[in-house]
Amino acid sequence: MKNAVGREIPAEALAVELKNGRKYEPYQGKGYRDGKYIKKAGPTTKIYENPQESKILPSIRDAVIACGIKDGMTVSFHHHFRNGDYIVNMVMKEIVDLGIKDITIAASSLGDAHDPIAEYIEKGIVTGIQTSGIRGKMGDVVSHGKLKTPAILRSHGGRVRAIEEGDVHIDVAFIGAPTSDEYGNARALGGKGDCGVLSYAVPDSEYADKVVVITDTLVPYPNFPPSIHGVNVDYVVKVDEIGNPKKIASAAARMTQNPRDLMMAENTAKVIAACPWFKDGFSFQTGAGGPSLAVNRFLEPLMDAKGIKMAWAIGGITAAICELQRKGKVGKIIDVQDFDTGAIEDIRTNPNHFEMTASEYANPANKGAFVNKLDFVVLAALEVDTDFNVNVITGSDGVLRGAPGGHPDTAEGAKCCVIVTPLTRGRMATICEHVVTVTTPGDCVDVVVTDYGTAVNPRRKDIIEALDAAGIKHVPIKQLQEKAYSLVGKPDDLQFKDKVVAILEARDGTILDVVKEIKPFEF
Amino acid sequence: MSLPRPKPEKFRLRRTMMFMNAQKPGLIKDAYIYGADSIMLDLEDAVAENQKDSARFSLYHALKTIDYGDTEVIVRINGLDTPHWKEDIRVCVAGGCDGIRIAKTESAQDVITVDQAVTEAEKEFGVEVGRTLLMAALESPKGVLNAYEICKASPRLFGVALSGGDYRKCMQVKVIPGGIEMLFARGLMLNAARAAGIQCFDTVFTNLNDDEGFRAEVKQNVEMGFDGKSLINPKQIPIVHEMLAPSQKEIAEAEKIVRAYREHASEGVGVFTLDNGKMIDIAFVPGAERVIKLAKASGIYEGDL
Repeated sequence: MKNAVGREIPAEALAVELKNGRKYEPYQGKGYRDGKYIKKAGPTTKIYENPQESKILPSIRDAVIACGIKDGMTVSFHHHFRNGDYIVNMVMKEIVDLGIKDITIAASSLGDAHDPIAEYIEKGIVTGIQTSGIRGKMGDVVSHGKLKTPAILRSHGGRVRAIEEGDVHIDVAFIGAPTSDEYGNARALGGKGDCGVLSYAVPDSEYADKVVVITDTLVPYPNFPPSIHGVNVDYVVKVDEIGNPKKIASAAARMTQNPRDLMMAENTAKVIAACPWFKDGFSFQTGAGGPSLAVNRFLEPLMDAKGIKMAWAIGGITAAICELQRKGKVGKIIDVQDFDTGAIEDIRTNPNHFEMTASEYANPANKGAFVNKLDFVVLAALEVDTDFNVNVITGSDGVLRGAPGGHPDTAEGAKCCVIVTPLTRGRMATICEHVVTVTTPGDCVDVVVTDYGTAVNPRRKDIIEALDAAGIKHVPIKQLQEKAYSLVGKPDDLQFKDKVVAILEARDGTILDVVKEIKPFEF
Repeated sequence: MSLPRPKPEKFRLRRTMMFMNAQKPGLIKDAYIYGADSIMLDLEDAVAENQKDSARFSLYHALKTIDYGDTEVIVRINGLDTPHWKEDIRVCVAGGCDGIRIAKTESAQDVITVDQAVTEAEKEFGVEVGRTLLMAALESPKGVLNAYEICKASPRLFGVALSGGDYRKCMQVKVIPGGIEMLFARGLMLNAARAAGIQCFDTVFTNLNDDEGFRAEVKQNVEMGFDGKSLINPKQIPIVHEMLAPSQKEIAEAEKIVRAYREHASEGVGVFTLDNGKMIDIAFVPGAERVIKLAKASGIYEGDL
C-alpha cells in the first residue's frame, strides 16, 4: 500500500504487532491525528508504603535481579551522554551474563558508543530495537537483517507519544544520571560527567514499570530540583563512571570557517529575515552542524538591523545561542539537550535557561508541545528529494547510520522549516529524485538552501511571496536536482532484499517508510 | 555543458576577482557559486615549484569540463623570468580561459612578449586570434613607473592590477591602515589606466579577521575610482558588491540622463539641459550607463532600461 509520501509500505510492516494492539497505518499526511483522542497506558508500579532509608543497591547486576528482568522484556535508556555513554553497555552486559534473552532495547537514541550491542543482536539475545538513532556496527547488523524483528525508528516526539500510547511498554528504565540522592532524585549537574538536562529520560521515568537510576555521584537527599523525580524511582546504583566526561560534553563546536558553509548560513539567515514571522518576539531552533550553527551568527545583525529580539530558543542547545542570549537578544532558552560544555555551563547559572521534558519539546499527542509554537527551525539533511522529503537515516549505501531526532517534530511544528545542505557531498547528489528513506515528509519541509541556490516548497505560497518581495532568488527544486546530477551523475538505485529491517514511524505513529535488508551491489 | 566558453567581453563588469589555487579541485570545481564577477585561477605563487605541471593539468581539465556560466575565468600565469610561463599560456589557450593575468609586469615589452605567445598558441590550437584577453599585474616600482606604456601595450589588455605584497617589499614598507604607503602606486596606476582607456583593479586585503579594515580599504578604492578588487576569500565578495553598488539617487540621475539623451538624440539634439539645470552631452552617457549596469549587477535596479 502506498502512503501519502508515495512510499510502498509492505504488508509485512503493517502487520508488525505493537504492545497495545494498535494497528499500524500508512502515513496519511501531516496533521492526520489532530483532534483525535489518545488513551494513555499507565505503568504497573510497586507500592512503597513502609518507610525505607535508601533505595541504593550495590550493583547493576543486583538491580537487574531486583527488577525481575526476564526473557522478552523491554528495557530503556536515554542518550544524554551521547558518545560518552557507558550505561547501555554496562546494563546489557549484566542482562546477557544472567542468561536473559529476547530483549528489546527502547532507547531515546543509540550511537557509536554502543557497538557491543551489535554482537547481542547477532547472537539473537537482543531481538528488538526501538530508537531514534542507530549507527555504527549496530546500524550495520540491523541493515544486514540480523535483528529478529524490524527496528522501530521514531522521532523524539514520536517516542514520547509511543510510550504514552502504549505502542511500546517499558518494563525497566535504566537512567544514567550525573548526580542522584539515595531516593533517586536525579540531576544533570554537579557530578563528574554533567550533561545539563535529562529531558529524554523523563517519559521513561513516568511510564516504565521499574525505574533504576545509575550515577557515579551520590549527593545528600534531597537532590533538588530534580530532573528525574525520586517518587518514580525504584532503585539507585552507584558505579565508578557513568561515562566519559570528555565525550558526554564536547568543547563548544567551533564556528565553521568553510566559505561554503558560511555562504549557506548567510543565505538561510536572509530567508528567515524575509519571512513575516521574523519580528520582535520570534522563536527559533537550529542544530549544531556547521552551516546550521553558523546561522546564529548571521541572524544577529539582521535582528539588530530590524531592532528585534528573539523571545525564545529551543532544542539541542549550543554555546552559540547562549552567547546570543548573554548579549540580550534572546528572552528564554528552553533546553531538551546540551551539545557542548558552553550550554551546560550556561544552564548551571542562567535563570533564563530552563530544562523541559521530551514531551514538552516535541510530543505530537500531548496538548501542545513547544514545537507547535516554533516560528523557525533550521535543519540539516543527508538527502532531500524533489518532493521535499528528507532522509537523515540511511547513507548512500542504504545502511542505517543516523537519527530522525527532533527533525520531523520541529519540521511539522514550525511555521517555517529550512533545510540547509550542500548540493553534493563528494560523489553524492544531496538533492535527488527520490531519497533512499523518507524520515521527514515533504509536506512539513518549506525551504531548502544549498550552495547552488534556494528552493521553496510550492505548497508554501506565502513564503514564496515573502522571498520575492525581499528580492531573494529561488529556483524550482527540480532545477537543483538536475544541477546536482549534471555534476556528479545520476546514482544507480540501491539494491535491497525483501526483508523489512526497520520501520520509520511518522511522529503520529503511522508508517512513513521502511528500510529493507541491504543486498551487496551487483554490477 | 555549454563549452567552449563564449568569446570574452573586453570591458565587462569586474568588481570582484577571486584568487584560488588552480591545483585544488575542491576549490575550482564550482568557484562561481560565490558570485564573484571573475575568478582568478592561480598557477603562480599558490602552486609549489614542483607541482606546476599537475596544476596545469588540473586547470586544463577544469576549463574543459566545468561550466562557469557568466563568471569570467582568468588564469594567473608564472612570471616571464620562470621556465613555466610559455607552457602556462598554451594550457590557458587550449583550455579556453577568458583571460590571462601577467604576473610581475615590468614593461610594455613583457605584455608584447605574452601577447605574441598567446597569438602563437591561438594559432596552434585553432582558437580565434585575439580571443584571449590579457591583464597586467604591476608588482614593482619599475612596473608602476611604466604603467602607462604597459596599459597601451596590447589591444588584448583589458586592465591593470596592483599586487601589493611584492610592491610593498620592494618599497620597504608595511601595510598601513589608510594606505599611505600605496597612495602613489594606486594613483599613478589609476591615472595610467584611465589615460589608456582600460580598467584598474586594487590589490588583495589579506587580514580576513579585520572586517572594518577591509571595508575602509574598499571605500577608499571606490572613492579613488577603481573598477574592482582582487580577493582571497569568498566572504569578501558581497562586501565589495555592496560598497560598489550605486545609491538610489545615483541610479535615478543616471536613468534620467540615459532616457533624456535617447529622446534628444532621436530628435537630432546633442546637448540639452535636465530639469535640475544640469547641462548634459554625450560625454555623460557612458558614466550613466555604467551606473545602470552596476545597479543591475547589484540586484537593486528595478527600472526597465
